Amino acid sequence: MHPAFSVVFLTTLIGAGQGLFLALFTVESYAAFGLLPAQSSDFYALGSVIAVILLVLGLFASFFHLGRPERAWRSATQWRTSWLSREVIVLPAFMGMTFLYGVAHWTGFNPVIATLPSGAPINLTAVLGVIGTVLAFALYVCTGMIYACLRFLREWHTPLTVINYTLLGSASGFSLAAALAVTEAPGVMPFLTGWALIITVLGLISRSASLIRNARLKPKSSLQTAIGIKHPKIVQKTMGMMGGAFNTREFFHGQTRTMLRSIKWLFLLTTFVIPLGLLSVGLSAGTGSPGGLLALAFVVQYFGLLAERWFFFAQANHPQNLYYQSVA
Amino acid sequence: MTQLALVIDLNVCVGCHACVTNCKEWNTSGEAGPMVDQNPYGKDPTGTFFNRVQTFEVGEFPNTETVHFPKSCLHCEDPPCVPVCPTGASYKRKEDGIVLVDYEKCIGCKYCSWACPYGARELDEQQKVMKKCTLCVDRIYDTTMTEEERRPACVRACPTSARLFGDIHDPHSSVSRAIRYAHGYQLMPEWGTNPANHYLPRRKTKLRIREDELERADNPLKIDSQLPKPGKAEPSLDDVTSW
Amino acid sequence: MTQKPAQPVQEVKNTTCYMCACRCGIRVHLRDGEIRFIDGNPDHPLNQGVICAKGSSGIMKQYSPARLTKPLRRKAGAARGAGEFEAISWEDAFSVLAERLGKIRATDPKKFALFTGRDQMQALTGMFARQFGTPNYAAHGGFCSVNMAAGMIYTIGGSFWEFGGPDLDRAKLFVMIGTAEDHHSNPLKMALGKFKRDGGRFVSINPVRSGYSAIADEWVPIRPGTDGAFLLAVIHEIIAKGLYDREFLVQYSNAGELVNTDEASDEFGMFLRTEVPEEETCYDPQDKLWWDRKTNKPVLTHAEGADPFLLGEFKMRDGTPVKPSFQLLHERVKDYTPEWAEGVTGVPAATIRRLAYEMGVTARDQRIELPIAWTDTWGKEHDTVIGNPVAFHAMRGLAAHSNGFHSIRALAILMSLLGTIDRPGGFRHKVPFPRPIPPCARPPNHPNAVQPNKPLDGMALGWPADPDDLFVDADGGPVRIDKGFSWEYPLSVHGLMHNVITNAWRGDPYKIDTLLIFMANMAWNSTMNAVEVRKMLNDKDENGDYKIPFIVVADAFQSEMTAFADLILPDTTYLERHDVMSLLDRPISEFDGPVDSVRIPVVPPTGECKPFQEVLIELGARLKLPAFVTKEGARKYRDYPDFIINYETEPGSGIGFLAGWRGKGGEKSLRGEPNPNQWEMYAKNNCVFHYELPKSYQYMRNWNQGYLEWSQRNRITRYAEPILINIYSEVLMRFRQAAQGKGFSRKPPAHLAKRVATFFDPLPFYYDTLEAQQTDKHKYPLAAITQRPMAMYHSWDSQNAWLRQIHAHNLLYVNTQTARVAGIEDNDWIWVESQWGKVKCMAKHSEAVEPGTVWTWNAIGKAAGAWGLAPDANESQQGFLLNHLISEELPACERGNNLRVSNSDPVTGQAAWYDVRVRIYKVGAGETAVTSPQFEPLKPYPGQPERKSVWNYFAGGKK
Ligand SMILES: Nc1nc2c(c(=O)[nH]1)N[C@H]1C(S)=C(S)[C@@H](COP(=O)(O)OP(=O)(O)OC[C@H]3O[C@@H](n4cnc5c(=O)[nH]c(N)nc54)[C@H](O)[C@@H]3O)O[C@H]1N2
Ligand SMILES: Nc1nc2c(c(=O)[nH]1)N[C@H]1C(S)=C(S)[C@@H](COP(=O)(O)OP(=O)(O)OC[C@H]3O[C@@H](n4cnc5c(=O)[nH]c(N)nc54)[C@H](O)[C@@H]3O)O[C@H]1N2
Ligand code: SF4
Ligand code: SF4
Ligand code: SF4
Ligand code: SF4
Ligand code: SF4
Ligand SMILES: [Mo]
Repeated sequence: MHPAFSVVFLTTLIGAGQGLFLALFTVESYAAFGLLPAQSSDFYALGSVIAVILLVLGLFASFFHLGRPERAWRSATQWRTSWLSREVIVLPAFMGMTFLYGVAHWTGFNPVIATLPSGAPINLTAVLGVIGTVLAFALYVCTGMIYACLRFLREWHTPLTVINYTLLGSASGFSLAAALAVTEAPGVMPFLTGWALIITVLGLISRSASLIRNARLKPKSSLQTAIGIKHPKIVQKTMGMMGGAFNTREFFHGQTRTMLRSIKWLFLLTTFVIPLGLLSVGLSAGTGSPGGLLALAFVVQYFGLLAERWFFFAQANHPQNLYYQSVA
Repeated sequence: MTQLALVIDLNVCVGCHACVTNCKEWNTSGEAGPMVDQNPYGKDPTGTFFNRVQTFEVGEFPNTETVHFPKSCLHCEDPPCVPVCPTGASYKRKEDGIVLVDYEKCIGCKYCSWACPYGARELDEQQKVMKKCTLCVDRIYDTTMTEEERRPACVRACPTSARLFGDIHDPHSSVSRAIRYAHGYQLMPEWGTNPANHYLPRRKTKLRIREDELERADNPLKIDSQLPKPGKAEPSLDDVTSW
Repeated sequence: MTQKPAQPVQEVKNTTCYMCACRCGIRVHLRDGEIRFIDGNPDHPLNQGVICAKGSSGIMKQYSPARLTKPLRRKAGAARGAGEFEAISWEDAFSVLAERLGKIRATDPKKFALFTGRDQMQALTGMFARQFGTPNYAAHGGFCSVNMAAGMIYTIGGSFWEFGGPDLDRAKLFVMIGTAEDHHSNPLKMALGKFKRDGGRFVSINPVRSGYSAIADEWVPIRPGTDGAFLLAVIHEIIAKGLYDREFLVQYSNAGELVNTDEASDEFGMFLRTEVPEEETCYDPQDKLWWDRKTNKPVLTHAEGADPFLLGEFKMRDGTPVKPSFQLLHERVKDYTPEWAEGVTGVPAATIRRLAYEMGVTARDQRIELPIAWTDTWGKEHDTVIGNPVAFHAMRGLAAHSNGFHSIRALAILMSLLGTIDRPGGFRHKVPFPRPIPPCARPPNHPNAVQPNKPLDGMALGWPADPDDLFVDADGGPVRIDKGFSWEYPLSVHGLMHNVITNAWRGDPYKIDTLLIFMANMAWNSTMNAVEVRKMLNDKDENGDYKIPFIVVADAFQSEMTAFADLILPDTTYLERHDVMSLLDRPISEFDGPVDSVRIPVVPPTGECKPFQEVLIELGARLKLPAFVTKEGARKYRDYPDFIINYETEPGSGIGFLAGWRGKGGEKSLRGEPNPNQWEMYAKNNCVFHYELPKSYQYMRNWNQGYLEWSQRNRITRYAEPILINIYSEVLMRFRQAAQGKGFSRKPPAHLAKRVATFFDPLPFYYDTLEAQQTDKHKYPLAAITQRPMAMYHSWDSQNAWLRQIHAHNLLYVNTQTARVAGIEDNDWIWVESQWGKVKCMAKHSEAVEPGTVWTWNAIGKAAGAWGLAPDANESQQGFLLNHLISEELPACERGNNLRVSNSDPVTGQAAWYDVRVRIYKVGAGETAVTSPQFEPLKPYPGQPERKSVWNYFAGGKK
């Protein structure tokens, strides 16, 4: 496929936004159970603002993908069948929830909504947080499923796609949260850094799994099935147009194999290896660790994710390409 | 239930592209148009077409088959392009199985084109909506046209009659018969899209000449190899010896 | 009160397509006056509703940015070819022309040369030239397929091309040779589709498998230029196995006629003749002899009860040795065995043999008999028409070689041996064919035919029957600028347009003043040696004057040729003008009878465009050419439509350009007085007139008394005698005889005697093409050919926004193995080099091409900036023209002398496009990925429409 920058940014930005939210709410949940020290509401509020900004940027990027953005609202109508439609519904819902979550923390308006049988109070932010968490995961699933549901894009058609979207988004979100914590919530910095490390490792495992899987994929379609002729040697001579068409632009990355391979190593390095190193250094440095280090970890990882997403699209080999191989 | 479709006979398609440009011509000024052409007179001209004809070479010299292969939307019976559409712009009509795009609803997200394994959809770069073969819905039901005209433009244009049009669910239709008798097949059956359009394979007519067919009673050589008898008066051994 | 927008006005108008020379009937649908849709007319006999890729793209031709819309004059001081013009008025254009041409006509009319390309109005242009008095007129035929016309017409009195074709309705076996597309584009496709569906067997003989060949049941890859060898070997087998149709040959050909084989005799090689009472207006007296098998004596051919020997040798009473011509053919093909042919053609001997058997056995065993009674020219009644269902079609793959004439003769003879001439399932003629062999029109044969202020005495083009018909002066030198009908190319029945520019530039045989080119791109794709020819067009003599003083180009588009004009006359498009496809030219006749057709404008002319027909009528009147003015010298015809209605070949002849709806009220066909409403009647009848012959006149027309008399009555022909197939060609022998110094006719100049004697063989023979004979084949191992793409017409269509997306540029197709050996990968940039020049282009691997052949699509490559295209368009940067590699001249056969002859068939002057030999190699490191040669980009001319960067065509009633 041709990696569209709108989609690369959309998925990475909202992924990080979702992750950041999850990180915030994880801290709040732990704190609620006293497993972590309580944090200032500024931390949550600022975190939420950043998450919302990421989500808005993502949404903004997504409009560049649409031919007719003015009609974007229509895309919410087919939630029964379309994962894209579902994403379109879940994304604003999640955004709203993040926003409210942030507002609640920022204004300190956090009434107790209910009390657990154990007597533990359930605050408004907890309720918003739980809903937000559900939406965040739903959004990962929607985003992942947009790609995973396309069965002939075999590189994508695997649960690993959803898992990767979830883990990689979360990893970058937790990295960001950790960087944020350096100044806003130093107490939970090691906790967040630790989680960022763990999720990044999990991400590395699942992303590697999908790389290994994809490397072993044998294409199900061939020129033989594409044109219905059973002969071992079929070569396309002309594709019917010489100046290119939508089909030659949308489904080809247009890069060499070497380029593709370098991007792969680049993203493995920048999404996983370097951030893991930086995060570990940060973690071992404890609370005194320089904020810049973790911020750098996030920036490198985000950059890596851009490359990872680019690669994700480029690697997918659309069967339609069988029909568009030769200019003559 | 009706399922309209094209059946394309690769046995007679000569790759003339009549179906390509006639489709363009009909549709650019039709309900599905306009169909943009970018750089029409410059480098790498490109534009929206609903139908393309490609060429493949099968085998190795001298046992080569050159196959001309027209392809437009196959109007799949289980069209993967439809459910993924977030706006409902892509839809399959119940009454005749035609898969269409409603330009008024389409947001140009291209998602349906990703979901089509056949590369049959093209985003119109000017209107920014997804376009594809409509099976000429604006012809086939137009009662102001004659029966003969109420067929897709490409089908009418095709000089070799390599394109048949009809209801593949009606076992008596010409298309169903052609599929049955000429072993019509679907493209990429592995995806279960169940394309309505079918293709008819090459068929070879061979001639076997048997030895005895070369020799025949009425072989003209029986006449022509009879050369004239020499005149009785012409010299012979009788003139020079008596043994 | 606001008004509802009015419904767009929809209209349908009938006319005839001219996106190619096939001339299908089309319906143009208009919405608010804009072209909404063009489809095939279902009621038209030719295309029956179908249409092709080009025809469907007519809209884009109408709106092309290459359109010329104003008369243009080359800017003073601008070089030819630079394309710098200023707009002038038509009045200025006409007065410049009339003055110049008037002077020429009053002094030496041959200094005006009119050559036309792929037009369809030779009836008018030819008449104009003749009225003007110049012999220097021809159309594209010479560089197109004159071999096909001449080779077959001199053998069977008709041809493929536009004159006849295969009857695929009834054929069982169809052999197509060297055809990519041809003029009968849609009908042939329709017929092929049906033929294959009916289970017919289709064999294609072609170095390349594309287009039609793709759907062949068997592809026979043959080396270019070697079909003659293949066909002669097939004939060898057909005769050896006795698979020929003896009855047919005896009755309908000259196979049994006796030839004088006394080498010492002046009559050597000529038919024996006897005195017969001379019939009035007899063209080809039936005075030849057979050797009767029954009486063992010579008898008059077709004598009651006689049956000739086809083989053997005999002695006439006076001792003259004679042989039936079939015997001579038999001897001729004796050594042309399949094994020999395998070595020449690359087709395995077993395949040749098998194909010969397939042809012979199908012809014999699948015989068709139709219950159609007819009478032959000997008065014999037949209850049925018999057919041997083996059909052939051949085109430029045979024609465009310098040995094409003889290959085509071999094909016509093979078709005759199989008994398939004008019979069901075989070859069928189309009116006005068959014609006598050769057809009666003769070119003038003396320089005196050209006189100041007089029409040419004779027609510029005709059919020589012997050396006395050549158009040469007392020294045997050519009278025509193209050297047509000279000893160099005696049977150049369509002229040699491809040599006009070189000859005029060199002043050989003389200098001319004005060259008028209509609808031909002679600075590009229809010229050989394009680079040099472009220089010649711009070349000046020592006085600083152009060697070709004045060049006028009548064209509709900004072609490469227009750039070299001094004066450009902007023509209309086919949708904007009246046109006739006349029986006097090449009509669209069907097997079952004559058909002619018209174009009627469906949209008004663009800008100041004027139909070229109107230009000729205006000029004719201004120059006071007799046919265009009254006795008093006043303009005779208001305009072209008026001319078409009222012009008669002679006053009261009743023969005009159109054959339909003649007579005062349109009640007559073919002949009749002018009908003032003729156009309306054509308009009402789908713009076509189709005259269906009675069934009994539809077959065996060479010998069908009913048909021939019908044709005579309708003045389609002068003679109603049998047209016997010329297995043995006495016409050719007459030239050979002259070259051997025998007989009473003119003799060739010494330096051409050997050439004429060699190539005027009365029986077909095989020789390596002239270019190959003069090429080091180790150095240039590959044959390079072009093919017609179905979706493009010559150079016309690069300006077409839709068609050019299909063929934006062209690549050189090379057999994968051949390419690998040369180290060339798919899409590599390569040099292609012949002994005449080299071009840089891209290579494409292919398994569908014979390993010794490379090929490309014809005329896709363009000069930068031409055709309204951007200077960086693919056509000029990646596309290329093979013509740069082809020379228009070759050293004459006899080495040593400095003579050069046209790179053409030595019999007919047919341009030998497909003879060129090349080698290929990868470009050097650092060489740019751009086609070479490149030319200074052309700028748009005044009046050309703007070049759109985005086209969102939607006709009328805007969305
Ligand atoms: N290498 C190679 N060269 C070849 C051939 C080949 O096979 N190989 N084929 C040869 C053959 S067979 C032929 S017939 C020639 C054809 O060669 P040409 O006869 O030169 O054909 P084109 O160049 O396509 O068209 C000639 C001109 O007609 C103009 N034209 C188009 N429509 C109109 C119109 O309505 N009015 C006027 N006035 N002009 C119009 C076009 O703009 C163009 O400039 O090419 C020959 N050249
Ligand atoms: N679409 C379209 N139609 C056209 C034209 C066009 O430009 N475009 N041009 C029109 C004109 S002017 C003409 S003259 C006709 C020409 O009609 P065709 O003769 O059909 O056209 P060409 O492309 O010259 O085809 C020559 C074929 O002969 C093959 N060939 C070459 N050399 C040999 C050989 O030595 N032996 C054999 N057996 N085959 C050989 C080539 O591979 C090619 O397939 O087409 C007319 N129709
Ligand atoms: S061919 Fe493609 S666009 Fe057409 S119905 Fe099938 S999946 Fe959809
Ligand atoms: S491009 Fe249009 S039709 Fe396709 S999925 Fe998006 S909204 Fe639906
Ligand atoms: S059916 Fe109509 S829209 Fe579809 S390819 Fe044919 S002409 Fe085009
Ligand atoms: S019009 Fe017919 S023959 Fe021509 S390319 Fe299309 S399907 Fe094939
Ligand atoms: S074959 Fe020629 S005349 Fe017929 S529709 Fe096509 S371009 Fe027009
Ligand atoms: Mo031609």
